[in-house]
Amino acid sequence: MHYLDIIYRSVFIENLPLAFFLGMCTFLAISKKVQAAIGLGLAVLVLTSITVPLNNFILATMLEPGALAWLGAPNVDLTFLGLLIYIATIATVVQILEMVLDRFVPTLYNTLGIFLPLLTVNCAILGATLFMVERDYNFTESAAYGFGAGLGFFLAVVALAGIRERMEYADPPGGLRGLGLTFVTAGLMAVAFMGLAGMDL
Amino acid sequence: MLKKLDKYFLDIKPLFDKGGKFERWYPLYEATDSFLFSTTKSAPIAPHSRDAIDYKRIMITVIIALIPCTVMALWNTGYQANSALADLGAVPDGWRGAVMQIIGINPSSLISNMMHGALYFMPIYIVTVVVGSIWETLFNLLRGHEFSEAFLVTSLLLPLTLPPTIPLWQVAVGVSFGVVLAKEVFGGVGRNFMNPALSSRAFIYFAYPAQMSGDSIWTAVDGLSSATPLTAMVSSSAPNPISQIDVSWGNAFLGVMPGSMGETSTLACLFGAGLLLITGVASWRIMAAMLLGAVVTTLLFNTMADASHPLYSIPIHWHLVLGGFAFGLVFMATDPVSAAHTKTGQWMYGLLIGFIVILIRVANPAYPEGVMLAILLGNVFAPLFDYFVLRANVRRRVLRHG
Repeated sequence: MHYLDIIYRSVFIENLPLAFFLGMCTFLAISKKVQAAIGLGLAVLVLTSITVPLNNFILATMLEPGALAWLGAPNVDLTFLGLLIYIATIATVVQILEMVLDRFVPTLYNTLGIFLPLLTVNCAILGATLFMVERDYNFTESAAYGFGAGLGFFLAVVALAGIRERMEYADPPGGLRGLGLTFVTAGLMAVAFMGLAGMDL
Repeated sequence: MLKKLDKYFLDIKPLFDKGGKFERWYPLYEATDSFLFSTTKSAPIAPHSRDAIDYKRIMITVIIALIPCTVMALWNTGYQANSALADLGAVPDGWRGAVMQIIGINPSSLISNMMHGALYFMPIYIVTVVVGSIWETLFNLLRGHEFSEAFLVTSLLLPLTLPPTIPLWQVAVGVSFGVVLAKEVFGGVGRNFMNPALSSRAFIYFAYPAQMSGDSIWTAVDGLSSATPLTAMVSSSAPNPISQIDVSWGNAFLGVMPGSMGETSTLACLFGAGLLLITGVASWRIMAAMLLGAVVTTLLFNTMADASHPLYSIPIHWHLVLGGFAFGLVFMATDPVSAAHTKTGQWMYGLLIGFIVILIRVANPAYPEGVMLAILLGNVFAPLFDYFVLRANVRRRVLRHG
C-alpha cells in the first residue's frame, strides 16, 4: 500500500509536467501526434524507472556521508558530486539503452529513436532523481517513485497529444496559434489534475 | 408593430452584408435579428439537412431543460435563507433586507421564498450574462464570428453551480476566465475541449477558496454556518457518516438542503434529463455510463469500508442525491463539445467520470465534492478515448477489407 501510494502520488498529485512544470520542452514539442507522444512517454517511463533506482543505489553506496565505509573510508562525504554523477548516470543509461534497443528490438528503437538522445538532458528525468534525493527514498521506494514519475509524464503527454489532435479544428486568434494555445491547454489540464490533489488512499 | 420591426431589420440587412457600410458589425446584427425573429437562412447543402434541428434549437432545448432546476434554485435559496432567518428571528440588512421587508419573510410562503431566492440568483445571473456577453461581443466583432446561443446555456449553467453568497466581482472574473481562456482562445463554441461553465467554476473554486467552500457560504444569511450534507460527512469522523446529515433522503432528492443554488434538486435534474433524452439532445450513453461508473465504484468502496475509513460506507442511494451529482450528470458531462464524440468513447468517458466522482468524494479529504473536477478530468481524456476508438476501428476495417 505504501508503494502504491508513492506511485499514485507521483502520477496524479506530483505530476512532473502538470504540477511542477518540469520537462516542458519535450512535453510541448512532441505532443502534436498521439503516436509520437506514446513513443516519448514510453521512453521517459523506461528511463525514469531505470535511472531513479540506479542513482539511489549510487547515492547510498558511494556518495552519502559514511557510504564509503565498505572501502575503509567512513569519513568521506561525496554528496557535492551528486549533480555531476546523476547526469552522467542518465547519459550512460541512455547510451546503453540505445545500443541495446538498436541491437535487439529495432522496431522499438525506430519509434523511440529520436527521443532517446533528447532525453539525456531532460529536466523531468533529472528532476525525478533530485526529488528522490530530497525525499530520502530507499531503494524500493525510489523504484516505485521512478516508475510513477514516468507514468505521470506518459499520461500527461499522451492526453495533451489527444487534445492537440482535436485542436486541429480550433481557430485561435493569430498570436496564439501553435505553442501559445498549447500553453493554455497545458494550464487547463493542470487545473483539471488539481482535483486529485490531497487524495489519501 | 412586430411586423414593422421585422421589415425594418430586413430593410437594413444590406448595410451589414458583405461590402455594406457596417459589414464589421454583421455578427451583432445577426444576433439581434435571429434572437427576435426566426432566421431567414436554411441549410446550404440539401443532403445533410436530415432534420429541422439546428444549433439554436439544441441550445434552446437545454435551456428549457434547465428551467426546473432554475425554479428550484430560486425557491430553495429563498427557503433556506427564510427558514434560517425565521429561526434566528432576525431581519436581513442591506438592500435585499429592504425589499424583503415589503414582502415579508415567511419560509412557508412560495412568493416570499421565490422572491428572496431571486434577490440572490438574479444579480449573479445578470453579472454572468453581462460580463460574458461583453467578451463574446468583443471576440465576435473582432474575428467576424456569428453569435452563438451556446453562451446562453453557459451563462445559465454557471450561476446554478455557484453558492448564493458569492461576491459578484468573483463571478465576473470567473466567467471572464471561462469564456476567454476555455473557449474563445480556441476559436469559439465547438472548438474548445473543456466545458466553459465548469472551467469558470473551477477557476473561482481554486482562486477564491474562502468564498467557494466551507460551511458559511451555502445559506444566504450573514454569518450563519450551515454545512452541505457532503461537507458535514467529510469533516466528521463519526463511524456512521450518514448520521451526520440532518436532511432526510426525500428532502435531499427534492433538493431542500443547503448547497450550490441549482444543483441540490435531483428531481428537477431528472425532469431536465427526461427532456434532453426524449429530444435526443444529450447522449444517453454518457448518462448511463457515468451512473454505472458511480454505482460500481460505490459498491466497491462499500466492501472496503472499515473503522478508519468511515466515508467508504456511504451507500449509493445517498451519493446519487447529494451534491452536484445529478446536475453534473445531466447537464455538464453531456456537453456535446467537450465530451467524447464516438459511441464507445462516450461509454469510457462516462465510466471514468463516475469512478472519479466517487473516488474524490470518499477518498480525498481535501474536497468534499468531486463532480466538477471529475468532469474536467473527463474532458481532458475525452479526445484520447476518441483517438483510440478510431484507431481500433481503422485496424478492424483494415483486417476485414485490407
